[in-house]
Amino acid sequence: MAGGDKVVLVTGVSRDLGRRCARAIAEDPSVRRVIGVDVTPPRGDIGDVSFVRADIRNPVIAKVIAKEDVDTVVHMSVIATPGSSGGRTTMKELNVIGTMQLLAACQKAPSVTDLVVKSTTTVYGASSRDPAMFTEDMNPRGAPRTGYAKDVAEIESYVRGFARRRSDVRVTMLRCANVIGPHVVSPLMSYFRLPVIPTVLGFDARLQFLHEDDLRSLIQHAVAHEVPGTFNVAGDGILMLSQAVRRLQRPAVRLPGFAVGSLGSALRSARVADFSPEQKSFLTYGRGVDTTQMRQVLGFEPRFTTAEAFADFASGLPPTGGRTDRVLAGVADRLPSTPAVTAAGPDRPAAGPALSVAPSPGPSTTTRRGESRG
Amino acid sequence: MGDAEIIPIGTRGKPGRGTGKQPSSAARGLAPKARTTPRKPPTSTTEPAAATAAGADGATGPVEAAPATGGHDVVSTAPVVSAATTRERHPLRNIPTSAWLSAFQQAAMEVFGEQWEPRLAHFLAFLRRRVTGDYVVDEYGFDAEITQRFFMAALRPIAQQWFRIEVRGIDNIPTEGGALVVSNHSGTIPVDGLMTMVTIHDQTGRHLRALGADLVFKMPVISQLARKGGATLACNEDAERMLRGGELVGVWPEGFKGIGKPYSQRYKLQRFGRGGFVSAALRTGVPIVPLAVVGAEEIYPLVGNIPALARLIGIPYIPITPLFPLLGPLGLVPLPSKWLLEFGEPIRTDEYEPGAAEDPMLVFDVTDQVRETIQQTLYSLLMQRTSVFK
Repeated sequence: MAGGDKVVLVTGVSRDLGRRCARAIAEDPSVRRVIGVDVTPPRGDIGDVSFVRADIRNPVIAKVIAKEDVDTVVHMSVIATPGSSGGRTTMKELNVIGTMQLLAACQKAPSVTDLVVKSTTTVYGASSRDPAMFTEDMNPRGAPRTGYAKDVAEIESYVRGFARRRSDVRVTMLRCANVIGPHVVSPLMSYFRLPVIPTVLGFDARLQFLHEDDLRSLIQHAVAHEVPGTFNVAGDGILMLSQAVRRLQRPAVRLPGFAVGSLGSALRSARVADFSPEQKSFLTYGRGVDTTQMRQVLGFEPRFTTAEAFADFASGLPPTGGRTDRVLAGVADRLPSTPAVTAAGPDRPAAGPALSVAPSPGPSTTTRRGESRG
Repeated sequence: MGDAEIIPIGTRGKPGRGTGKQPSSAARGLAPKARTTPRKPPTSTTEPAAATAAGADGATGPVEAAPATGGHDVVSTAPVVSAATTRERHPLRNIPTSAWLSAFQQAAMEVFGEQWEPRLAHFLAFLRRRVTGDYVVDEYGFDAEITQRFFMAALRPIAQQWFRIEVRGIDNIPTEGGALVVSNHSGTIPVDGLMTMVTIHDQTGRHLRALGADLVFKMPVISQLARKGGATLACNEDAERMLRGGELVGVWPEGFKGIGKPYSQRYKLQRFGRGGFVSAALRTGVPIVPLAVVGAEEIYPLVGNIPALARLIGIPYIPITPLFPLLGPLGLVPLPSKWLLEFGEPIRTDEYEPGAAEDPMLVFDVTDQVRETIQQTLYSLLMQRTSVFK
């Protein structure tokens, strides 16, 4: 809220991520005013952000943009969870119709000069014929037919259409990998929060994550640095699904693909976790995106790698498994010598005292035995 | 059934044949005199194991387990029992900890050798890393640790002892930087790819990153293993990405046409796809190393196919070899043919002008050059070979 002159409109601030991002934008010195828009008021503290209750699905949003003289629009209102919004129909309407209305309003508003859209890497789909790493110019191997992926594909096509019609507006589309963090509520996060994690038998998905703090600084960066284009955004490195489950120290149950599908729909109807078909294919084949453009053109560097972001998420979850590791750790502790003391190994008769039946005088031996007894 | 007559069976606990009458005198003689002799005092029966432990300790001298059962050695009044008496005791109860420890140490020495302590510690650390997921995979899902420690170790004896692979021209593989190894494909199932991977790793220390067909990544388990072992999908994007990243990439351009060809057409190279591997090499300017593999054709001689069933399941062919459906799983053991691997002179692609990959004629020319080189090498190797199995 310093001496800058930007007026930023942020959609989707009722949800936690949108609210945090709006606050982060407000902290930027080049920004004068941030207006948060959503149908329901945000639950948490929105700081310097002024909230306007408006539905992006109807033309009121155009009046807000015109009245407040908005020059930068940040569209964060693409939701992946049908549960929070009241079913798939509402979700689709919010995502697709909302974006259409918002873009129509932007097109009519001469004050708008910048548009930042938070998209996701879900647009690339997930299949066995995917290349290892998607670059921005690649298309999904099969067009998405249902659900969130289709919504995002449609939203992206509207945004491209908008960019064609208003070529004077700088459009930045950010395809973010799965956002992860202790506060994030998303289908993938509720999946990892399950006490026993079902995985697809015989497949191991490659995963990439973006930490929620990085998403915040990314949106801030995209508003401040006016770089047009489409960018993949993800933390460095790859985590396999099996590896992620092991790091969570939660037991995994491997099910054949069809069983995972029916279990997913059962979990969805029980409202435990959301497990859509595209989610299933993502957990089967995984997806990797290339982030060279993000570094070189957009000039953004995530603070967390994929593994670090996941570790931060995992630190807040109590492990429900990890027995094997504890057993192995116990064995490693009872070993006569750890690798640290093997330097002094040769001069000490390693097998000598223990092999003989006579009582060994070494104090370390007796304490060790005492431990094993206790 | 209220009026059924109850016929007594058995002796109601008395010794004898079960006629319901008095037992025979011989049977009565066998029975113990349980009623007449009083039972032993309970002090000796409650802790028989402890007592015998103390007795055993006394016989063998001071044992380490003695402090554990300490206090019992004051019970010097061992019960007076006859020499033939046996007692029930827990099988693990009486083995002292030191014996367990020494047995464990001897087993560890047996498995890990003289330096067993650090080696066992390393092994445990490895296991813990695997269990806690504390390892790194690259962007294709390649897990170098498990590949080196497990896959290579499992394949090495097959390569060295079963197929007795002989390698020629290994110097043609560059020690660093990207290169594309192009090989003939044969053997009904892609054993030749695995053997090439392990051979190149053992001889040069580099991992061969295989490009696999769509089918590989569609199949459960196989796809997982392939990604862990360093393979990725055979598409231009991945091939170019790997070559730009300086990897040694292996490609089998004949694909299913080569691997599933009948035995009668052995060592006849099939069409080399659409030359996608050449355009990938041209775009990245890496050398193409032709590789001829002799011996893989004979491991599963393909004499038949069931196309209708194969189409039903969705796989390219269902192999029938002289042994396979006939001997059941035993037919899956490959015939122990002798293998020869010859790496040819690298074909340079960095001398063409930048737009060369867009010139289909040039791509076809280079493809044919690679194909001819491999075919000629195959023929010369076959001429030198005296027998399939020697």
